[in-house]
Amino acid sequence: MTKKKTAKWVHKDLLGLEYLSKEDIELLLDTAVSFREILDRKIKKVPALRGKTVVNLFYEPSTRTRVSFEVAAKRLSADVINIAVESSSVKKGETLNDTGRNIEALKADIIVVRHNCSGAATMLGRNVNISVINAGDGWHEHPTQALLDMFTLRGRLGKLEGLNVSIVGDIAHSRVARSNIWGLTKFGANVTVCAPKILIPPEIEKMGVKVTDNIDEALRDSDAINVLRMQFERDDMKAFPSQLEYFKNFGITEDRLKKAKKDVIVMHPGPINRGVEISSEVADGGNSVILEQVTNGIAVRMAVLFWVSQAKP
Amino acid sequence: MPLKQVFTKEEIERAITRISHEIIENNKGVKGLVIIGIRTRGYVLAERIAKVINSLYGTKLDVGALDITFYRDDLSAISEQPVIHNTEIDFDIESKNIILVDDVLYTGRTIRCGLDALIDFGRPKTIQLAVLIDRGHRELPIRADYVGKNIPTSQKELVQVKLQEIDNEDSVTIEETQDDKEEDGKMGS
Repeated sequence: MTKKKTAKWVHKDLLGLEYLSKEDIELLLDTAVSFREILDRKIKKVPALRGKTVVNLFYEPSTRTRVSFEVAAKRLSADVINIAVESSSVKKGETLNDTGRNIEALKADIIVVRHNCSGAATMLGRNVNISVINAGDGWHEHPTQALLDMFTLRGRLGKLEGLNVSIVGDIAHSRVARSNIWGLTKFGANVTVCAPKILIPPEIEKMGVKVTDNIDEALRDSDAINVLRMQFERDDMKAFPSQLEYFKNFGITEDRLKKAKKDVIVMHPGPINRGVEISSEVADGGNSVILEQVTNGIAVRMAVLFWVSQAKP
Repeated sequence: MPLKQVFTKEEIERAITRISHEIIENNKGVKGLVIIGIRTRGYVLAERIAKVINSLYGTKLDVGALDITFYRDDLSAISEQPVIHNTEIDFDIESKNIILVDDVLYTGRTIRCGLDALIDFGRPKTIQLAVLIDRGHRELPIRADYVGKNIPTSQKELVQVKLQEIDNEDSVTIEETQDDKEEDGKMGS
């Protein structure tokens, strides 16, 4: 056979998009296209990860991401074990590294970890020889969410390069925003972040984004808007003005969308708070791709699980 | 390294025409016939076979492409990482007579993957196998129903099929290699 150009995947772990090259990300997105097709089959399953064990280790509540990883692993014929931290030895004082090493000793192959501390997945990845996938660490990164956002955008608009993407909402607490910025800027998309001033982290413009607290300006030329949830559960959000006031000034409503491009794409990583960051009409309307994102998330996570299991350093 | 041409452009063309006729003869017509090629060169051959049958019978046969990467049994063993293509079968295969097409039949493992993959799409009436080259050395109990040419080879040899649509020429060549390493990380076709 003639030598084909093979993209080489060398990463044991998927920790964040900051550490990936554009080619790495392209390989994941292209592979996800193949997996997306499998989800429409009668038998939505391939044997690519048969005999492998995936452990979901979630230190923070999550429905969407955990179920999505579980479905993705099962579609690849892997065995899946979910560890709910509330009912585990973590409650008896076991550290993340010890928990990880024990999971490794149980002969699992991949740990999917969500943790409230930034850098938790990176530390775990260094301490175990098996693969670690970051399913969200503190305010740091949520790479698979950004990958599925990029996959959805690319699927809808055919490319990422040159797109105007506005990320609106709680930028300060958002790992989704950071991963999206890392990923999108690598592909030459123009990213604008928009939020009330207190929710814009200092020096965020150094990541190569435009910053504004004017929602109409953020929407005007956007090809896509990624609406983030207000994380009212965070301690430092106690001083934040009311949800109603946020909705009045920054909520994505039909009136605001009228000033944007007609076919602007509205994304949201979920869970959505109707009437806080987005109105019901927009969330359920023709511009919204929120549920498409959920389906695409499975395909993207299948691609990530597949390639970390294929890593050849 | 010495390259030996074993199948010319004209011979490939004649083989495809003959296989197309044999398919019609065996199936007593074109009823329920669909053609599915294994990525990438099997798919090219599938399209050529469909074209011959369509021109003979005025039909419009469904042609699909199958990528078998996720069904491989050597994913963790190969040194090269797999190249993933899309599977495109946008028709129902339930109760159909499927002609599965690949370029080279070697160990039979690719075909095993193809059979597993096809059966995940439904329950066809039959699956028949058409290959351009059968080079022997089977590791599984698989045989082809339609063969372009049987070419006895040694396992040290590399059979290379080139097709116009991908490689800008039609030819089959045999190349002697130093060892009997698996070709290009691709498991034996």
